[in-house]
Amino acid sequence: MKSENLTVNASVKEWDLVIKPKSNIFELHLGDLWRYRDLIWLFVKRDLTINYKQTILGPIWFVVQPVIMTLIFTLVFGLFARISTDGVPPFLFYLAGNVVWAYFATCVNETSNTFVSNASIFGKVYFPRLTVPISVVIGTVVKFFVQLGLFIAVYLYFYLNGSDLKITIALLGLPLLILQMGILSLGVGILISSLVTKYRDLTLLMAFGVQIWMYATPVIYPLSMIPEKYVFLYMFNPMASILEWFKYAVFGIGSLRPEFILISWMITLLIFAIGLVMFNKIEKSFMDTV
Amino acid sequence: MSNSVIHIENISKEYHLGKIDHGTLYRDMQSWWARIRGKEDPNARIDFKTRVDKENFLALNDVSFEVGEGEIFGLIGRNGAGKSTLLKILSRVTAPSKGNIKIKGRVASLLEVGTGFHPELTGRENIFLNGAILGMTKKEIQSKLDEIIDFAEVGAHIDTPVKRYSSGMYVRLAFAVAAHLDPEILIVDEVLAVGDIAFQKKCLGKMKDVSESEGRTVIFVSHNLAAVSGLCTHGVVLDNGNMVYNGSAVNAVNHYVENVQKKSSDLQLKGDDGDIVFISGRIFDFSGNSVNSVSLKESFSIEMIYEIKNKISGIPVPNFHFKTAEGVYVFVDNADRVTENAPGQYRAVCNVPAHLMNDSSYTIGLALTEYSKASLHIHFYQENYLNLTVTDDIFNNPKRYGYGGPIPGVLRPELNWEISKVN
Repeated sequence: MKSENLTVNASVKEWDLVIKPKSNIFELHLGDLWRYRDLIWLFVKRDLTINYKQTILGPIWFVVQPVIMTLIFTLVFGLFARISTDGVPPFLFYLAGNVVWAYFATCVNETSNTFVSNASIFGKVYFPRLTVPISVVIGTVVKFFVQLGLFIAVYLYFYLNGSDLKITIALLGLPLLILQMGILSLGVGILISSLVTKYRDLTLLMAFGVQIWMYATPVIYPLSMIPEKYVFLYMFNPMASILEWFKYAVFGIGSLRPEFILISWMITLLIFAIGLVMFNKIEKSFMDTV
Repeated sequence: MSNSVIHIENISKEYHLGKIDHGTLYRDMQSWWARIRGKEDPNARIDFKTRVDKENFLALNDVSFEVGEGEIFGLIGRNGAGKSTLLKILSRVTAPSKGNIKIKGRVASLLEVGTGFHPELTGRENIFLNGAILGMTKKEIQSKLDEIIDFAEVGAHIDTPVKRYSSGMYVRLAFAVAAHLDPEILIVDEVLAVGDIAFQKKCLGKMKDVSESEGRTVIFVSHNLAAVSGLCTHGVVLDNGNMVYNGSAVNAVNHYVENVQKKSSDLQLKGDDGDIVFISGRIFDFSGNSVNSVSLKESFSIEMIYEIKNKISGIPVPNFHFKTAEGVYVFVDNADRVTENAPGQYRAVCNVPAHLMNDSSYTIGLALTEYSKASLHIHFYQENYLNLTVTDDIFNNPKRYGYGGPIPGVLRPELNWEISKVN
């Protein structure tokens, strides 16, 4: 049992735990997170179980949301605004963007109020707070896969009806894309959740902040619409590279440029690191301000 | 202390009482912008020094003590004394402003039961979730699952969402998980000691058990002085964020009653009038040792020494005034058959039998009244002069059947019972 291990440890090192006013910013206690891995899974299970309890359509909502959004995009941007989709059927093009973007946006929105919405639990018992946003990011992958299933079905429909679609080898990078989106959205989410403890306004800002971010990302338009001289600057948006990669993988449009992927990863990791440090700092004292 | 498992060093906790409103972000940015330009902070208060004391509140002030392995540590104090703040810091819910705490072993804290219970989840799912939140691994919970379900007495409803539970079932289930934690150090708020009697019995019993047989350490916060003196080995008294006493649990309770609780009810000393003066008073046990706590199984005596300085005409009768710590009069008794009234020093002893007082805290006032034909005259009355804590050996008292909670009443006489089967 665990307790026996701990007793042995106690005699080896002096103290198991030191509670101090402020910790070193690099003391992140990530080991604690591993010890609470069961809790992460239980949170994932809880969120999936309760999300659609007492709804009539249940998990079908996973599919309804992107379909309706995609229909609206197809109508507005495809039929009225006639924005280019680089030869891909508009519905499929927007669905691809929506499915990928929805994963990121959901993760950011849900992790960004970690402290405020869990204040009652956090105020009563200690466990690594990071378990909550991590479980959100993992749980949302399930939703993403359901939506990806929808995308595959629609894709096959268009493919069999003779649309010019090329799957490239880059599709093998899909797990990497999911991982990067997970890290990025976790980083953004925990960064904002740390600030929200003091400035509640940010929750409101978040809702349309994510919307605006979407328009700065090639979700409803191809990267080819961006003038070449701005592309480098544009790619500082880490989500841009992810969307490009996905579209290149499933449609064969655009291109993969290693320097952009590198920039995207560097920014992702930077945001994640800042988020982690902020979160760690706030986690010790947020109960006094929330 | 070589085997200390919790080492609390100069812990202070300061709260900022200032309110945060919609202007906060704007002002913070303004201050920040002024700082980087090297300008004066436009939001700095002119009367900073005076405001700071109004807006900051010291919930804990330089508290230090150690807790040894296997001790049951009672934390007592009035509301707002800092008990909860200290528990929160120990539980790592919030961080101290100054000082540090070193801990050996795994800590589980129960500031509330059922933390993280979700109404939509079934009883079984909630056991796992709540257990994991409290720091158990899935495997540990799995191994105790049957025990937990048994204890909660929810039986067949274990796979029903807890929102359909009666409030009693809900609480029992929440308690059951808490009762099956087994960390090296358990931090318990008194929330656990109220409500469900069956759980209270089990929880308090388990607290005693784990510390005695398994060498586990318990920190227990309570207003229930009887539970603290009966259950705890050590006690710390907090008052306005300061630690005012650290010692044995019984002494801590006495100190609390004497110095903290009493402060609110003004101690009234009606002094000597000169003819008869009060010299001293004490409580002593059957072997003659001065004490301020006794077991309810033991008799004890109250002694008062006084001196008659001038010749008086009436009969000087010593008397004792028993009150509960809350100020309720329990009884007054005086000496009978007093005849002596010549000047000199006297010692009056009154024997109080065992099994009279409840396990609680009392104050005893010492007085001397002169009775003469037409009137009575009080020469002195030392109100609440002595403090007495009566303790109960909760787990060896056959009348308790293991129940560890408070038994109401100011008295606890031992009466005879007879039960016979009539059909």
